[in-house]
Amino acid sequence: MKNDDWRGYLNPVVRDMPPSGIRRFFDLANEMAGVISLGVGEPDFVTPWRVREACIWALEKGYTMYTCNQGLLELRNEISFKIENRYGLHYEPKTEILITVGSSEALDLALRAVLTPGDEVIIPEPCYVSYGPTTLFSGGVPVYVATSVKDGFQVTAAQVEKVLSPRSKVLLLCYPNNPTGAVMEEKNLAELAELAVARDLIIISDEIYDNLVYGVTHIPLATLPGLKDRTILINGLSKAYAMTGWRLGYAAGHPAFIEAMTKIHQYTMLCAPITAQMAAIEALRSGGAAVARMVEQYDRRRRLVVRSFNEMGLYCFEPKGAFYAFPDVSATGLDSEEFAETLLREEKVAVVPGGAFGPSGQGFVRCAYAASMEDLSEALKRIGRFVRRASGGRPAGQTAVAER
Amino acid sequence: MNGTEARSILELLESNARLTPEQVAGMLGLEVEEVENKIREMEERKVIIKYQALVNWEKFGDEKVSALIEVRVAPQRDVGFDAVAERIYRYPEVTGVRLMSGAYDLAVFVEGESLKEVSLFVATKLSTLEDVLSTTTHFVLKSYKHEGVIMEDGEADRRLVVAP
Repeated sequence: MKNDDWRGYLNPVVRDMPPSGIRRFFDLANEMAGVISLGVGEPDFVTPWRVREACIWALEKGYTMYTCNQGLLELRNEISFKIENRYGLHYEPKTEILITVGSSEALDLALRAVLTPGDEVIIPEPCYVSYGPTTLFSGGVPVYVATSVKDGFQVTAAQVEKVLSPRSKVLLLCYPNNPTGAVMEEKNLAELAELAVARDLIIISDEIYDNLVYGVTHIPLATLPGLKDRTILINGLSKAYAMTGWRLGYAAGHPAFIEAMTKIHQYTMLCAPITAQMAAIEALRSGGAAVARMVEQYDRRRRLVVRSFNEMGLYCFEPKGAFYAFPDVSATGLDSEEFAETLLREEKVAVVPGGAFGPSGQGFVRCAYAASMEDLSEALKRIGRFVRRASGGRPAGQTAVAER
Repeated sequence: MNGTEARSILELLESNARLTPEQVAGMLGLEVEEVENKIREMEERKVIIKYQALVNWEKFGDEKVSALIEVRVAPQRDVGFDAVAERIYRYPEVTGVRLMSGAYDLAVFVEGESLKEVSLFVATKLSTLEDVLSTTTHFVLKSYKHEGVIMEDGEADRRLVVAP
């Protein structure tokens, strides 16, 4: 049979799902040599040596077996301790924490555990590329809320309220945000919390970047009045501990949610790899200093990148979290796809077009500043050259900046 | 400028002395002039002593010989170890001198063109100093990490070009 015939057997939701916008761009960038990449959603650091060494030791000792479905209790204890220590939130290690294969699995489990077909999931965009597809795979309906640079890409209760329907079930949040670097202010959070309680919404809060904030404090959703029980907290070690390839995440929440998620997890995944779990224990116990050093480095790069874009005439609002800058490139007269593609071809710098993260990302590009200072400086030099050329030799978008 | 910012300037220059004041200012969110002034002030106070490159001479092709010499010394009244340390560190062959706790007193780092040259220096200059009681010479066979820098770092960037 031909491909098309076999495709007839596919679940239409899967068959009709467009591939990630990032994927297309990845193929383009991957064919070229000498590319400096600011398109990577992961730290440029490798996992701290202590953590890698702990994993090697675990392997030598023969830790190669399954763990219990929920993950090693020792690791759940460490996670519980860390959350309590940092935010004053208590999660019972035995019943309220589940170790997953990356925070992506935790998100998938959370959505599958709570959604019945047709339930609506409210997702502020621009957002991480998987939220919509994961919702659809779970039978849910993504309802996007456009956020805007004038609000610093924070979602407001008023914006959410406008899209609420009788089928609204979940509010899916990610702050500090990928791709914008936005962090929620307390006032906006408080209003959202009130709305979630009043309208009986479950909150799934992806706080994978919680350690990476600059000059502000991260406020976990579950600390807001009335939200602890109705929030499923999702986190992992990928970003803060530079452990993306280990695939180690977790969920914390009310026992009812964690129990349901564990049910799916035990039949579909069984458990997270024991080696990664052993490494995670070491990371949580002794990785604090390494995380602080990395955060300091990111902060320096962040300042440099934001200042450079603004000097080029590309307005860039100040991201207070994650490791992304999200400059507005419309002053060049190019849309974000054209900007990213031409920049890649002419100057060999990879950034991700903002449109890949939702319609409100149009006109912006995502620049991950998780790159060495040398690469970052060179990339900014090239982008500056490109912007001057694209704007016909004039300093780009002076009017656009002045208007803001 | 506060102490943390000044410390950050030092850390940045220590990791890469060729950073321009503009780059340092950009990374720390400071004004260029502020950074220039602070660097000048710290140079004048000898907080910043000098700017130098960390060279892998072996890679360049030079066969330099270096050694760590443990030196036991009879300390002198009033000046302790300082006087003898000073007599030692004035030799250009000596690249470092440190006062140590433990089984010996001074750790002296010596560099030369050959084993013979270094050995002769120890035999004729160091051991013969009046207050030196004994020396033990250890030749360096290979340098793995120097001043916090791994000489041959194999940890290249292996990430994909674009990732979510």
